[in-house]
Amino acid sequence: MKKLAAVLLAGVMCLSLAACGSDSADEAVTSDAEAAVEETTEDAEAAEDAAAEDTEGAEADAAAGEVTTVTEGVLTMGTNAAFPPYEYYEGDEIVGIDAEIAQALAEKLGLTLEIVDMDFNSIVTAVQSGKIDVGIAGMTVDPDRQKNVDFTDSYATGVQVIIVSEDSEIASADDLEGKLIGVQEGTTGHQYCMDDYGDESVIPYTNGATAVQALLDGKVDCVVIDEQPALSFVEANEGLKILETEYVVEDYAIAVSKDNPALRDAINTALNELIDDGTVQGILDKYITAE
Amino acid sequence: MEFIEELKLGLYQTFILDNNYQYFLKGIGITLLVTVFALILGMILGVLVAIIRSAHDQQPEKKKGIVLRILNGICKVYLTVIRGTPMLVQLLIMWFVIWASARSTDANMIRCAILSFGINSGAYVAEIVRSGIMSIDKGQMEAGRSLGLNYAATMRFVIIPQAIKNILPALGNELITLLKETSVVTVIGLKDLTKGAMIIQSKTYQAFVPYIAIAVIYLVMVLFLSWVLGKLERRMRQSDLR
Repeated sequence: MKKLAAVLLAGVMCLSLAACGSDSADEAVTSDAEAAVEETTEDAEAAEDAAAEDTEGAEADAAAGEVTTVTEGVLTMGTNAAFPPYEYYEGDEIVGIDAEIAQALAEKLGLTLEIVDMDFNSIVTAVQSGKIDVGIAGMTVDPDRQKNVDFTDSYATGVQVIIVSEDSEIASADDLEGKLIGVQEGTTGHQYCMDDYGDESVIPYTNGATAVQALLDGKVDCVVIDEQPALSFVEANEGLKILETEYVVEDYAIAVSKDNPALRDAINTALNELIDDGTVQGILDKYITAE
Repeated sequence: MEFIEELKLGLYQTFILDNNYQYFLKGIGITLLVTVFALILGMILGVLVAIIRSAHDQQPEKKKGIVLRILNGICKVYLTVIRGTPMLVQLLIMWFVIWASARSTDANMIRCAILSFGINSGAYVAEIVRSGIMSIDKGQMEAGRSLGLNYAATMRFVIIPQAIKNILPALGNELITLLKETSVVTVIGLKDLTKGAMIIQSKTYQAFVPYIAIAVIYLVMVLFLSWVLGKLERRMRQSDLR
């Protein structure tokens, strides 16, 4: 009986592994096949296009059909809604700079916007694996991420800053050596701190708010996070301050799958229009109040 | 072919690049440490609670002392609260509310995890052990008592040994659940096996290899556990087949 069970289990495992393997193989095959089909049908399509040009309405359809999204007609955006003022919950709705920019983009593209809240470090993977269309989460363009996803043009500038308690002895980034540093997992701040101060002293939390809570409790000595959420956190909690020295300056952009260059280009076009007509600046000004 | 190339890159980035394999090694260490000590704490708590609960339930109504009634009440509250709230929430409360003053050193986080998981596991173990004690026929206790053993001695020499044999599979189940559930310690920032994979994912943006790898590691640990438990069960059954 036990042997039978063992054999059965082994069989199931082999099958499941094989299923994983053949899945990807199939994908590879189909993508090759698709490419081949595309080539052969290109001429046919060109002919069709020429034919379609005769009718006025068809052109508009083609424009709308240009971008393919995960769900048809919907721009699915992944974010981590604990990152004010870029994205945060107001009631049960996710609002903030990124949410409004995404809304404006979706309108330009003729899509409806759907926001999915997830852990920050899952966003790039989710974009990559086609679970969501875009990752808009105050995400910094960095080379490691660019290996896995494409980035659109930048729409804002971020600064990594250090939050400490008011009576802290930490005066600049040089004092962080040997201190416990709270970060938001998967952020560039997390990367920089791990590189600069070693794994041991960096405590990753799933979102910024938890990291700040840990700082308030004295669990960590400081939190390294982007400037705008830092300002919100410091405003909301007594006894915290942001160090004057900036840790790192960087650019925010939207992550798009490498398999969907059409969407990236469409977003870039729309984004640049929004930047040119001042919409983006307007949204930034609305949320970021100058001190 | 493309898949194999990707897999190679994934394996390289997950294990070799920047000595990433150390995340797994350290992670396994922490996961096992938390599991083993939580198990010990859970067993002690569980058996204590089970004995109190079953002593209370098996005594005739008029013989129950006031102390036993109070202890039983405390145990019931403990069971209700712990079994009625999610493990994740208990851990968060332990770390951010009850023990809010603790610094985020590894030692502190491990202590907190052991305490939370031990207390949680204790509640489940208690009910399992109680079910074992209750499953032994009343006649066994009566026989023991009539042979001149007192309550404690009858428990120790007659009831508990038989009960343990009955509850071993259920206890093994709880153990396996405990081992796997330690993965939620990631929320307090403790770098266990799961956190190791998450950090690697956030560094390399590879999800496939790190997560499959830890799944296999957890599976191997669980298989080892079930093997040990199976051996134990077989030894306990030896006297059945005479």
